[in-house]
Amino acid sequence: MATRPDRPRSPHLFSGPLAIHYRWSPAMTASIMHRVTGDGMATVGTVLLVWWLAAIAAGADAYATFLDVFTTASGRLNVLGWIVGVGLTWSLFQHMMSGIRHLVMDTGAAFELKLNRRLATLTFVASTLLTIAYWLFLGIK
Amino acid sequence: MSTEIGRVRGLGSAHAGAHHWWHHKITAGTNFLLIVWLLASIASLPSYDYPTVRLWLHSMWAAVPMVLLIASVFYHFRLGLQVVIEDYSHKENRFVMMILLNVFTAVTAATAIFSILKVAFGAAA
Repeated sequence: MATRPDRPRSPHLFSGPLAIHYRWSPAMTASIMHRVTGDGMATVGTVLLVWWLAAIAAGADAYATFLDVFTTASGRLNVLGWIVGVGLTWSLFQHMMSGIRHLVMDTGAAFELKLNRRLATLTFVASTLLTIAYWLFLGIK
Repeated sequence: MSTEIGRVRGLGSAHAGAHHWWHHKITAGTNFLLIVWLLASIASLPSYDYPTVRLWLHSMWAAVPMVLLIASVFYHFRLGLQVVIEDYSHKENRFVMMILLNVFTAVTAATAIFSILKVAFGAAA
């Protein structure tokens, strides 16, 4: 029997040692980051939100334990507090901007190559600016 | 949300699923409103010590939107994580992961809503 060449697989984005067979586009980055930020908030974000609410309900000692994990003795955020705080707020804004992009595309709009690329890139610009603005506001007020 | 002809033919591999997509979109909208409210509320709190935060959550103007936020956001993430599980997990694994997802969502949502109500119905100070 004649050996046939391997049939093309779709979409084999990675093959061999992580060789990329497609030209990477901003839309792909926006897509995977929508999933990553959503998963991050659904797991880490959920546990922290529920812990925060339960700590408020449990009393001053439980709330102090929660604060101790993310702040220094002087009351400022520690390294973990900064990483989790900025990470979750950036994830939130990125997921929000990307979600708005999804709602726009659900109407059938913004599938033109240039506009699509521009909107995908814009989600990252907007989420980063919103994150900086939010933390600047928290710091200044 | 399915078209007339789609309903007649029973299209789609599972013959269902439009409601999943639709609920995901609806909760995306309600999440947006409730999360903007939460971000604004957190930003406008004078401080984040225990008495301040507790007094804030004690108010019905915080407790009611917070319960709504838990319902909307948790339903949304449950729908989203279901899609992730269906993409990467198959057969028996998928079955187990879906049950774990439902348990995770139910336990975290119940704890969150109980905590909010305990503070809201508790003593003021």
